[in-house]
Amino acid sequence: MATKLTRSNGAGWAFALPGVFLIAMFIIVPFLFGFWFSLTNQRLVSPNPTQFVGIENYQNLLGLAVITIEPERDDKGQVVRDDKGEIAYPRVRTITRSDAYPQYSGMREWFRWQWGDNANVVIASDVVFMKALANTFIFVLFIVPLQGGGALLLALLINQKLRGINAFRTIYFMPVVISIVVISLLWRFIYDGSDGLLNNILNVLSFGLFQPVDWLGRTDTALGAIIVMSAWQAVGFHMVIWLSGLQTIPPTLYEVAAIEGASGWQTFRYVTWPGLRNTAILVLIVITMQAFALFSQIDVMTKGGPLDATQTLVFQAVERGYGKQDISGGSAISVILFFMVLAISLTQRFLTRERKYG
Amino acid sequence: MKKLTIITSALLIGTALGGPALAQTELSMWYHGAGNEVEGKLIGQIVSDFNASQSDWTVVVESFPQESYNDSVTAAALAGNLPDILDMDGPNMPNWAWAGYVQPLPIDEAKVASFLPGTKGIWDGQLYSIGLWDAAVALYARKSTLDELGLRVPTLDAPWTGEEFMAALDAAKASGKYEYAFDLGMNDMGEWYPYAFSPFLQSFGGDIVDRSTYKTAEGALNGDAALAFGAWWQKLFAEGYAPGTSESPADQTNGFIDGSFAFQWNGNWRAVATMAEVDDVMFLPAPDFGNGNKIGGGSWQFGVSATSDNPEGAAAFIEFAIQDTYLAAFSDAIGLVPSTPSAAQLTENYKEGGPLAVFFGLSNEQALLRPVTPGYVVQAKVFTKALADIANGADVADTLDAAVDEIDADIQKNDGYGH
Amino acid sequence: MAEISSRNRGLRLFARYLVLALVAVVFMFPLVFMVVSSFKPDGQLLADTSSFRAFLPVGDISLDNYRAAFERAPIGQFMFNSVMITMVTVTLSIGICSLAGFSFVFLDWSGRGVILSIVLATLIIPFETIAVPLLLVVSRLPWVGLDGVEWGWLNTYRVQIVPWIVDALTIFLFVQYFKDLPRELIEAARVEGASWLQVYARIVMPLSGPVLATAAILKSLKMYNEQYLWPLIVVQDEAHRPIMVGLGYFFQLNVAWGELMAYLTLISVPVLAFYLFMQRAFIASIASTGVKG
Repeated sequence: MATKLTRSNGAGWAFALPGVFLIAMFIIVPFLFGFWFSLTNQRLVSPNPTQFVGIENYQNLLGLAVITIEPERDDKGQVVRDDKGEIAYPRVRTITRSDAYPQYSGMREWFRWQWGDNANVVIASDVVFMKALANTFIFVLFIVPLQGGGALLLALLINQKLRGINAFRTIYFMPVVISIVVISLLWRFIYDGSDGLLNNILNVLSFGLFQPVDWLGRTDTALGAIIVMSAWQAVGFHMVIWLSGLQTIPPTLYEVAAIEGASGWQTFRYVTWPGLRNTAILVLIVITMQAFALFSQIDVMTKGGPLDATQTLVFQAVERGYGKQDISGGSAISVILFFMVLAISLTQRFLTRERKYG
Repeated sequence: MKKLTIITSALLIGTALGGPALAQTELSMWYHGAGNEVEGKLIGQIVSDFNASQSDWTVVVESFPQESYNDSVTAAALAGNLPDILDMDGPNMPNWAWAGYVQPLPIDEAKVASFLPGTKGIWDGQLYSIGLWDAAVALYARKSTLDELGLRVPTLDAPWTGEEFMAALDAAKASGKYEYAFDLGMNDMGEWYPYAFSPFLQSFGGDIVDRSTYKTAEGALNGDAALAFGAWWQKLFAEGYAPGTSESPADQTNGFIDGSFAFQWNGNWRAVATMAEVDDVMFLPAPDFGNGNKIGGGSWQFGVSATSDNPEGAAAFIEFAIQDTYLAAFSDAIGLVPSTPSAAQLTENYKEGGPLAVFFGLSNEQALLRPVTPGYVVQAKVFTKALADIANGADVADTLDAAVDEIDADIQKNDGYGH
Repeated sequence: MAEISSRNRGLRLFARYLVLALVAVVFMFPLVFMVVSSFKPDGQLLADTSSFRAFLPVGDISLDNYRAAFERAPIGQFMFNSVMITMVTVTLSIGICSLAGFSFVFLDWSGRGVILSIVLATLIIPFETIAVPLLLVVSRLPWVGLDGVEWGWLNTYRVQIVPWIVDALTIFLFVQYFKDLPRELIEAARVEGASWLQVYARIVMPLSGPVLATAAILKSLKMYNEQYLWPLIVVQDEAHRPIMVGLGYFFQLNVAWGELMAYLTLISVPVLAFYLFMQRAFIASIASTGVKG
């Protein structure tokens, strides 16, 4: 690649410098501060001196253990069962709050599974963090195809020559124009459990068969509701990116495809999609990054509830750093998030690079 | 960049020319009521009266939206940019005093002797802040509902017992007339939870933290009394007496007024608006679950920042502001409880026989401050989450244990918060 | 035959519009709700949310909410602040980020790969998690103005502008777009002795209509709609507050829903207008590159 024509240290640095300097000053330096906080007991509000604590904040977040609990037995050694025939186990608190097991002190049950008569219980130092971690991943896994694919469909739909297409383009983009905070406020009315708009619409469409669902109040629907709303809000944003990518495909390629009698699908598969490769990487990465930063929707709509069903990493980082004045704990979460996402994006880059030659 | 400099500089000059030169010393003051026109006017009135009343000081007010006020103050403190006078929510004061944001109020305590207990911010034996009003919570009900369901009217001297209260909810539920028997405003997951709900816990005999030492929550928040409270709390939602955390804001605002709820646990700041809509609304005292009937006390109060160069000027303003006429004016305008009995007599609603007079009694006799400790800020968050989780079906004992662990760990991390 | 095929074409056209229209309904309904609600008194607004009346301007319709909203908050000031901050930031951002993107794609300099990786890694850092350290940074920065050197950036426009000028996403947007431009054009220009600045200004920029429009739209949305936490902690005086902080004026103990909807409707107008304007530029640039749909 390096030819004499493009080799230019001076100009290269000079052109990149303003941008690189501002990023270093206003993003990298604060982040390094945050990294330092995460190794101390820094509080947001406190007269006490700050102390270096090493990796304690990380241990408090990441501590995990598996304990095996034997069922309760009666005098004859028979396993005790409750009314439903389920095996009765001693409560986890008898272990985590017992002086006999100081290593498990303060830990809580995350989830459990049964193995024979025994129950294996995964306990964590910070169950809320673990749930936030899991939810964040679930959110990312669903939102990436939903938003990226949906946006591509919209972009193809809107990229046709029809009278009035501009009006539709504008309408699809409208939710992006409104702040996500505002959108979240509006959707609280829509998702209302008893007489919300969504329940009413579904009720009318099903001729009264549909029973109202408390979308944000149930642990099994809350995260899904937020995923759908988030996809809906930002899909227009990515539609615009896809559209700008579509413009870079030379029209001659389409002409050739038309002459050769390619079907719509073939044209897409062999002309459009290969031409969108760089755009696809962009969209994929941007959605992933934004998804990992999920915060506003949670803050406005559920505050992480019900029962931590919508906890996310950034929400927890903010809740701790500001709400609970524990800036070191909050910073530790953001550092973990950073390295996790970095690992993922390096993998993503590795995989997309391979496909190019494969 | 040059263009930018010119723009900002031009604007700076513009604002500098706007203010006249002043001989008096300027005192800056922050207030949490941006967007609240009525409060804004009243504060403006007090400030201009004060500025006109003497020639040493000029107070200049900056108002902030309430929901983010604490964040603004914390950020300003971090950046070393606090004003001379600031107002603060009562339970936050110990945190700010401990952190050195505010200094003891140089006001003679005799001047505030007649003030309601909830309006005085005392930390470490010293007065740090003083409020122009207190807020109170009551059980909203209709006279007609009580008559129809055949319920006696509870009073401060003879409140409903826990059983009577549950019987009232059962009767309301059985009547089939209401969507919910009771509304608690569960969607407001902020300071409302500890303010409105921790008195229930206290009435059961528990507390957010052990107030004898403020070093642990063990026993207070997960003892037998707390477990009984938790079981009762969970039942309210599990058995459909009250809407849960996902309640829509629309229902919370309109539900009692349009008759969907038989009873509502609500603040007196809603009283004036509700009276306008519901002719026979009654404000009933909290039920007694065994350890007395209690409500939360402590609302917004004024204090002096630790970095103020002119604490005597700041104190002079605060002393000026706590005159009965202003207390009464605030109460008349926004319906809050005036801080002194003499001011109460000047008001429309709280004078003897006034429609809200019951709230003055509530504040004076039932009000219990939220834990007076710098750790309250964290404890309030933990308590809020625990109550939301229990309402959503989490195991009561496990949830309260976890809350205790988190509170205790936080107290330890902060070297006991100076207790 | 001809008749049938034209009928078919008509049907197909109808089907296309039907799909477009159905999708449009999905994207419009919350916004219709917002606008319609802004004309209703609070009680009716909340009661209507349980039926299709929520989307219809029926009942007690008036402009009272708008009047009250203007009395409650200095909306004009907030909107001016937001528009000004957005315009300055977007302009500077487009210039600086496209230069950086140009350098990363077309120029070959030592350290390029590493620096680009570091820049892109900052995409991952959510702003919420660096707000406090950033506050500590800007509260100690110097600024040279007409009045000489002053310390600390709080309570200014610059504190709401400068930290936001460059972001990894905008650079990334340019990088990905530039990669698709034909390199031969640039090399040819260099052979003919054009300077790098000339290549940037005369060859690359004219070809970059779509990405410039996209970057401007996305950046302006971020600046206009998402500036909440930052101004909250760095701006204490009302005169410098942007619109999202103004939102808090409507969340009193009793939320003023009608006025809130009026405020939301008002603040949405400039962005929508800007988008429409940019879209025109966008389409013009599509036409100039000659791409057909």
